Amino acid sequence: MARRKSKLKGIEKCPTGIRGLDEITQGGLPRGRPTLVCGSAGCGKTLLAMEFVVRGITEYNEPGVFMAFEENAQELAKNVESLGMDVNDLVKKNKMAVDYVHIEKSEIEETGEYDLEGLFVRLGSMIDQIGAKRVVLDTVEALFAGLPNEAILRAELRRLFRWLKSKKVTAIITGEKGESTLTRHGLEEYVSDCVIFLDHRIINQVATRRLRIVKYRGSQHGTNEYPTMIDETGLSVLPISSLGLTYPVTTSRVSTGIPKLDTMFAGKGFYRGSSILLSGTAGTGKSSIAASFANSVCEKGEKCLYFSFEESPPQIIRNMRSIGIDLEKWEKKGLLKFHSSRPTLFGLEAHLVTIHKLAEEFKPHAVIVDPITSLTSIGETVEIKSMLTRVIDFLKNEKVTGIFTSLTAAGNAMEQSEVGISSLMDTWLLLRNTEIEGDRKRMLYILKSRGMAHSSKVQQFMITNEGIKLLEEAK
Amino acid sequence: MPKKKDETHRMSSLEKDLIKKAKEADKSRKYVLKLYVAGITVQSSRAIKNITQICEENLKDRYDLQIIDIYQQPALAKGEQIIVAPTLIKKLPLPLRKFIGNMANKEKILVGLDLQPKEENGNKD
Repeated sequence: MARRKSKLKGIEKCPTGIRGLDEITQGGLPRGRPTLVCGSAGCGKTLLAMEFVVRGITEYNEPGVFMAFEENAQELAKNVESLGMDVNDLVKKNKMAVDYVHIEKSEIEETGEYDLEGLFVRLGSMIDQIGAKRVVLDTVEALFAGLPNEAILRAELRRLFRWLKSKKVTAIITGEKGESTLTRHGLEEYVSDCVIFLDHRIINQVATRRLRIVKYRGSQHGTNEYPTMIDETGLSVLPISSLGLTYPVTTSRVSTGIPKLDTMFAGKGFYRGSSILLSGTAGTGKSSIAASFANSVCEKGEKCLYFSFEESPPQIIRNMRSIGIDLEKWEKKGLLKFHSSRPTLFGLEAHLVTIHKLAEEFKPHAVIVDPITSLTSIGETVEIKSMLTRVIDFLKNEKVTGIFTSLTAAGNAMEQSEVGISSLMDTWLLLRNTEIEGDRKRMLYILKSRGMAHSSKVQQFMITNEGIKLLEEAK
Repeated sequence: MPKKKDETHRMSSLEKDLIKKAKEADKSRKYVLKLYVAGITVQSSRAIKNITQICEENLKDRYDLQIIDIYQQPALAKGEQIIVAPTLIKKLPLPLRKFIGNMANKEKILVGLDLQPKEENGNKD
């Protein structure tokens, strides 16, 4: 059976062009069939639908029709303008048709039997006019408020979805979430090929968006809730299911940026693509070591992406200049990119999507996240751990070296990372301050480093105005 | 100004007189109606028959009824916000009104076209 199945093609897919969505649906929406997109108010239904049409035109050259029941054409165009979508231009080029369907119940009198042929004619003429391959009805449920006879309406909607199939267009029908049903008027009864559910919830006063494929007839699909984000380029879905413990490994090494520290790692530094944890109490030099690494990455002409949750880029540049590391020139050369944001700016999921997106765009060789512990202000340890697991898996898949700094709160056991992620890390470098004869000495040691010989020495180091110096040669 | 009972009565009869005159003036008002149908279906022909009959009986010689097939002119369907077929639009006299269905409910149409006031209708029943 299995062998026969693999020879068959399965249902044809229509790519949406929305980042991540095509991956979890394994190619897109079912071609030539209607898909229901539902969710509560403000969850991004209209945006998803609009992106489907606009990207269909710009990326796949498939003209599309957008039939709006809630906003008029001008409002729609204006709303997506900020996301870089020029609806008016596409309409001018005859690639897109927008129709605003408006019913005012108060001025309508019902006088016998009727059908929705008017809607069919309008839709049909637009489809024929531009040769549309994609159709959006947003939100067809508005008809329930405008037309008095629900029985006729239901029969007509059933006919409408059949008719859309016969027109061979790939359609998105949006619907508002009902109290106990997916949509307020039970549209899922009629549109049953593919149902996508969008969710927008508040956890710890931070909004998180998720997307879930409720069903997809005739196709495999990811079944999890996927973190989703709306930013200046539109909707992004993070396909976390595609990750796993299957990432490639390499034996090539990258320097730590501190020559003497390299010798502690058998003279070669970290493994490329490994994940490194730098932990220590406040003021032990975590950021300085991370910056030295960033500097050495850029010196080799490679790219480094620096996520900072506590300092702004100019502040990092100024502070690192004081220890003889000039990060500004790398930033100007385009080898170093900072991304600073307060953890509370958005939810964990959104941070995850941001890291993902920037890493995909920038294609760095190394990523620094400084510090991961500040994420505790927006999430539970379990959630942060799962988010960091995804980040680490993603970076490993891309063979990107990742450095994560972690602040150990005073009084906590040194050999315990705050968010419990030490087991995910390949290398753990521990930093501490020790008071000896009235002086505070900086110490570091390698707690673990998987797959390589490493020094077990507790090494004293100094932060000088020429960078980080280890005091004596390690053996 | 205080009014006596018989005075108010007289006033109201005067008003009634005015209303009657106004109605007579109304009778010279011209009606512009547009009926949008989708092809020649049972519903379409029933609607055409019903509305023509209503017009002939109540608006003889002072109505302009246009029948439009939206299959032939889909652009008009968009412009007039037609969703349902058949749809009758009363363009004139104002205010604009829309009737959907096969025009079988004569009473409703007469009320909506302002040819039979709601109160009178209620009194008869």
